[in-house]
Amino acid sequence: MNNEWPLWEVFTQKKSGLPFEHAGSLHAPDKEMALQNARDVYSRRNEATCIWVVETKNIVSSTPEDVGSFFEPSNDKIYRHPNFYKTPGAAFE
Amino acid sequence: MIKDSEKELEKKFQEKIDRGESIEPKDWMPERYRKQLIRMMGQHAHSEIVGMLPEGNWITRAPSLKRKAVLLAKVQDEAGHGLYIYSGTETLGISRDEMNSELLSGKAKYSSIFNYPTLSWADMGAIGWLVDGAAIINQTALAKCSYGPYARAMVRICKEENFHHKQGYEILATLMKGTEEQREMAQDAVNRFWWPSMMMFGPSDKNSPNSEELMRWKVKRFSNDELRQRFVDRTVPQAENIGIKIPDPALKWNEETRHYDFGEINWEEFYNVISGKGICNKERLQARNEAHDKGAWVREAALAYAKKQASQEFAA
Repeated sequence: MNNEWPLWEVFTQKKSGLPFEHAGSLHAPDKEMALQNARDVYSRRNEATCIWVVETKNIVSSTPEDVGSFFEPSNDKIYRHPNFYKTPGAAFE
Repeated sequence: MIKDSEKELEKKFQEKIDRGESIEPKDWMPERYRKQLIRMMGQHAHSEIVGMLPEGNWITRAPSLKRKAVLLAKVQDEAGHGLYIYSGTETLGISRDEMNSELLSGKAKYSSIFNYPTLSWADMGAIGWLVDGAAIINQTALAKCSYGPYARAMVRICKEENFHHKQGYEILATLMKGTEEQREMAQDAVNRFWWPSMMMFGPSDKNSPNSEELMRWKVKRFSNDELRQRFVDRTVPQAENIGIKIPDPALKWNEETRHYDFGEINWEEFYNVISGKGICNKERLQARNEAHDKGAWVREAALAYAKKQASQEFAA
């Protein structure tokens, strides 16, 4: 064999206005077939109104080993959250 | 940073699982966890794919256009389920080609239920109701398993399985309201598929060698026997509801345990079918190989076309 079709990641949007979500992956020889296969595999029951496909090799991901140092900078900035602030008496909700 | 030793990593891995967190493809995992999941998920995906064959057998002979459309949709779903799980398994580092050749060569196992023949239309009812019913119970448990991609595939599958389950029950319910001959046909299908469905939960807990480890890793959340009991408890009232008899003389409601007691499974048959001596083992593999070989030109043509398009795009 060794003639495997490239791997693609599939992202679906349930309704316009909603964010795209990773649905899964699939093999397809080119982008047209990747889209068609994505529809057949991941939206047989109207799970999507729009689909993105991207070749898996083009996805850039952070790695679990870096998780600490990579996300650390946001840990000590509690002043980015609204509950950091005291707003005596005033109604904000 | 000092690299953690294997022991240390394994301890952190277990703690993560104990906290109820998921393991994702790039996380460190023990080699054995990876291997066990590749084995389980591979078998599961193969089962979905081979599972299309016994039902595909009746598509051209479905009794009405409605039943035919439903059966086609169901078989297409099974293909989809196979694909979700295959791609989930690939995140563990095995290629689709490898898995495929393991299935085609007979090296990989798949659920023994699909090595039984489908002799009458009523079998489509029995398979949907019993086989998919058993599968739902297994898969609902797996939807909470520790490996993220597997759990996510299961959530998707469980949503679709309910249609399979109900359409099967409806086929049997309809036959049971029909002629004497149709009722016999329905009962005969259940007689043949009941015990093989019970076997779908695997060996009994006392003979399940992988269970302890898989439970500790939260790949399995319930034991084989627990899930089997759940299946019986759920299925018996459904059978009574349409007048189907479960072919087990030992089956009886136990007021004390609040569960049904049931008879012993024929384990010799179970191990025979698993080891390739079932009625249809050969036929199923042959059909898969034939489909694969006959489809080779399509795969090659699609790839050649894609390459040509890509080179033209590049030139332009």
